[in-house]
Amino acid sequence: MDLSRRWLSEFVDTADIDDKTFCDELTLSGSKVETMRRGDTEIKNVVVGRILEMTRHENSDHLWVCQIDVGGEAPTQIVTGAQNQQVGDFVPVALPGAVLPGDKHIEAGKLRGVESYGMCCSWQELGMTERDWPHNPENGLFILNHDPDLTAAGLVPGADVTKVLHLDDTVVEFEITPNRPDCLSVIGLAREVSATFGRELHLHTPDVRAKAGGDIRHYARIDIADPALCPRYTGRLVKNVKIAPSPLWMRERLRAGGVRPINNIVDITNYVMLEYGQPMHAFDFSCVDGGHIIVRTARPGESIQTLDGKDHALTDRMLCICDEEKPVCVAGVMGGANSEIVGDTAMVLFESANFEGTSVRRTAMALGMRTDASSRYEKGLDPQNTIKAVQRACELVELLGAGEVVEGVIDVLPAPLKETTLPLEPEKVNALLGTDVSEAEMRRILLSLGFTLDGNMIRVPSWRADVEANCDIAEEVARFFGYNNIPTTLLRGDTTSGGYTDAQKAELALGEVCRSLGYDEIISYSFISPADYDRVRMPADDKRRDSLRILNPLGEDRSIMRTSILPSMMDILSRNYNYRNASVRLYEIGKIYLKRPDGLADEPKVLSLGAYGGGMDFFTLKGAAETLLDSMRIPQVRFTACRGNAAYHPGRCAEVWSGETRLGVLGQLHPQTAANYGMDCEVYCAELDFEAMIALRGETPIYVPLPRFPAITRDLALVCDNAVTVGELIECIRSAGAEALKGVKFFDVYTGPGIPAGKKSVAFSLTLRSDDATLTDDHAEEAVALVLKALKEKLGAVIR
Amino acid sequence: MKELLEALREASRQAIDEAVDMDSLEALRIRYLGKKGELTALLKQMGRLSAEERPVIGQLANQIRTELENELDSRKAALAARMQELKLQSETLDVTMPGKEVKIGVRHPMYQVLDKLKEIFIGMGFAVVEDREVELAEYNFDKLNEAPNHPAREWTDTFYFTEDSSILLRTQTSPMQIHVMEKQKPSIRIIAPGRVYRKDEVDATHSPMFHQVEGMAIDKGVTMADLKGTLNEVARQLYGPDTVTRFRPHHFPFTEPSCEMDIQCYRCRGKGCPTCKGEGWIELLGAGMVHPKVLSGCGIDPEVYSGWAFGFGLERLALAYFKISDLRLIFENDVRFLEQF
Repeated sequence: MDLSRRWLSEFVDTADIDDKTFCDELTLSGSKVETMRRGDTEIKNVVVGRILEMTRHENSDHLWVCQIDVGGEAPTQIVTGAQNQQVGDFVPVALPGAVLPGDKHIEAGKLRGVESYGMCCSWQELGMTERDWPHNPENGLFILNHDPDLTAAGLVPGADVTKVLHLDDTVVEFEITPNRPDCLSVIGLAREVSATFGRELHLHTPDVRAKAGGDIRHYARIDIADPALCPRYTGRLVKNVKIAPSPLWMRERLRAGGVRPINNIVDITNYVMLEYGQPMHAFDFSCVDGGHIIVRTARPGESIQTLDGKDHALTDRMLCICDEEKPVCVAGVMGGANSEIVGDTAMVLFESANFEGTSVRRTAMALGMRTDASSRYEKGLDPQNTIKAVQRACELVELLGAGEVVEGVIDVLPAPLKETTLPLEPEKVNALLGTDVSEAEMRRILLSLGFTLDGNMIRVPSWRADVEANCDIAEEVARFFGYNNIPTTLLRGDTTSGGYTDAQKAELALGEVCRSLGYDEIISYSFISPADYDRVRMPADDKRRDSLRILNPLGEDRSIMRTSILPSMMDILSRNYNYRNASVRLYEIGKIYLKRPDGLADEPKVLSLGAYGGGMDFFTLKGAAETLLDSMRIPQVRFTACRGNAAYHPGRCAEVWSGETRLGVLGQLHPQTAANYGMDCEVYCAELDFEAMIALRGETPIYVPLPRFPAITRDLALVCDNAVTVGELIECIRSAGAEALKGVKFFDVYTGPGIPAGKKSVAFSLTLRSDDATLTDDHAEEAVALVLKALKEKLGAVIR
Repeated sequence: MKELLEALREASRQAIDEAVDMDSLEALRIRYLGKKGELTALLKQMGRLSAEERPVIGQLANQIRTELENELDSRKAALAARMQELKLQSETLDVTMPGKEVKIGVRHPMYQVLDKLKEIFIGMGFAVVEDREVELAEYNFDKLNEAPNHPAREWTDTFYFTEDSSILLRTQTSPMQIHVMEKQKPSIRIIAPGRVYRKDEVDATHSPMFHQVEGMAIDKGVTMADLKGTLNEVARQLYGPDTVTRFRPHHFPFTEPSCEMDIQCYRCRGKGCPTCKGEGWIELLGAGMVHPKVLSGCGIDPEVYSGWAFGFGLERLALAYFKISDLRLIFENDVRFLEQF
């Protein structure tokens, strides 16, 4: 909402308050100022000039050399190419050193050899439009004396043009919250200004003489077919209309309010909308068939061309103003071209109606046309405002001589209006705010805002539908007591323990381990594309393809909730790859979203690791995973070869287990998966079930006494079939029954010369120790013999 | 005899002085003091001496032995010191050469800011709460006193999973307030960060997924003054002890009275600059007293309990904190960006 301070001054006098204080104080009382502008800051040193003499330029067939009185002792010579001026005309003259909108600087110079001390201006050059100056329709200089209002005010050479054109006004733009549609008006804001600065509010009661006589009911009928969508419809008729431009003061105020002047009748409706916050419409009454206004939803097949020239098909959810034949207006949104006010309009019906906000919003949205009217209606307007507004419009018609108002008002109000009353409870207000505001002060604040008080009963004014409970009264009191005058205290009462849960702590610790391993944290989008499942080569019948689908996504790419974290990780890896980042290690602890029968989702967290480049290989990734699991003391961790996961390299993929619980999968991605993301390198990922890891994480460790006796190590080089895995060998060694065996460490695998084809050599280091005594060589040999026996019997592995 | 001893003393002293390494020093020890050494050999001839001479010569010989031993030791120490010095010299490194890189990963910058916030609130006795993102409209809107026709419910603004608009991606972290109030009776002090979703196309200031942080305190006698006191303390801990704040009236359906909190622009100290768009203030968060309808909807009697809540966008906070110019950087996860923090 844009507010002209000059317009505001009709209702409350704030002339002595500077712009900054004005804006700051209103912001703090709840009317937040977004911007503030003055109309005269972009124009400097432009004055009124009177053309005394015009001669042809000696070197040009179109330039004029003018002698212009700009208020100095001698005339100023200016060369112009404009043709619409005559001797005696008043024009705006930009003197040397002048600044025009767009930071255009004017200096003295020569045009084809003739000195020119400035520039005569058009209204375009002053940053205005034809709509602002309807009496100067032609291209060329802005002939000030063509505008009757400027002439009437008296044009004096040398006068500052910004003052003559009334540009020396401050326009303040407010951000009005949706609960306060009453403040989308000069009067609504005037009430806030009055309460904020403790100034008297001067409201005006419109006075309509209705000289035309007769009675509106002889000409017009109004019916509301859908009272739920139209709680009130008020109409008034004007005849002998004379369409003309509206006067300068009205055009200026419309311009300040961001509305384009059009003609007197249309300008009056917009003026009243800005002043009262009540959108209005004017119909050319001769175009209303049967003189009968019917407020109803559109019928199947009906359409309308709106004032902006666009054709719209209407639906039965759209409320329209119709005559007996057709829609003539989309209610609360925009009028129809079929009843538009035109140059020869003779009879006008003013509409001042109340429409249901949601219906207007949805209609406007469906038609793709949010207007000044619809954006007010959609917030829900004061149904008591319709009469005042239509009266004001008719008063303005008479003031402007734009027509003769017919006697009588048609006011259709299908259901009585409700009034809200509340008890004034000062203790409760203070208890909620933590303040000690006196009851007298509360009463003063409420009265200043237009509330009335019957003893302890507060009557809420009709324009304040947002006030319905004690807490709303508390806000009104707080706003004018001053939010910043409320004391600051710290919470009292029972102390709460607070802090992180154990699971949250474990998550934070896990992240720290990931980072200590060199992995950077990422945050990826929770939604993916269905095609992502193809890209990670998820089988067509995989249950995880059954994802929660957003019915109104931003696009196919973000249309389903991920059931796998892998596509997100691949997306981020491939982006880094495209940025030519050579070595990348990433992790995320993110949710996946698994459909539930009740329509909601299970949202378990998954730890994903992703990496490429920088010497990354399978065992580096596996080592990272082992460290992570170890840091959480996950018991009985084992890895099994996994050939069946299509996303991964069939020979370089492992499933991760803790006992019989599957924790996830890790490995090198299938080259085709990488290629699907445009990556031509080895890419490694791990996907680990965070919830399972949290559930299985180990307890606080209990101290184990340090060994009292020394250990013996024995290195074994075994030869076995290629198909035997190191995992199987270790498991076999461990379970061989050698009591003294305390540790097995793999340290080498070898194939090549010296090893038969189809075989490999695998080397382990065994740690042997007795808890009771220093282990003898004999006992050590016994243990090794047991191990070798088991290896030979179970796996055919023999010592090399 | 005496002359022989004196000659040995001279010769050995010189030899020891001239020894350049441990081996030659050891050889000298053997040569002079060993079982078959020169001093021993001389002493074997002591028997030939007279009874008067024997103790004198004996004393001299012992004195020479002690002297030699001492000289050998000190020479040995000197040599050892010199050898160590030489070794150290040979081991000298160019310490200006770069260290071996041990790369550690980085916490995502936005979560760094979140960690800070969580710590501040944990210090005030708040618990950290998380909850579902696929949410019922009932929790995301209805129970938060958002009107059935509230524009935020439109399909142009909110992502839906069901035609009847009953299941959606939460548009705010506020439904977590409801979950907590339904499960836990006052006193309640929680902070609830999380992902939220709105139907905004990606640009420098918008993202269809972003993060909010919600906070709430409910107890008997909680006031708006408490809200101000707590948030002021948070602002000071986050932006420094000199931080100036102000509170402005605002509107949210689930709080009444509602407010927004601004901090005085940290760059211009309130004078007005491009960072604060000339206003001198930067909007930080929205807050207010929990609406009595919200409390009673969760089974908490608003006549007995009151509370406040606040919420703000984490991205905007992180962008301001690190002076990041474009929101897209947060979700691009370019390591060149991440590794700056």
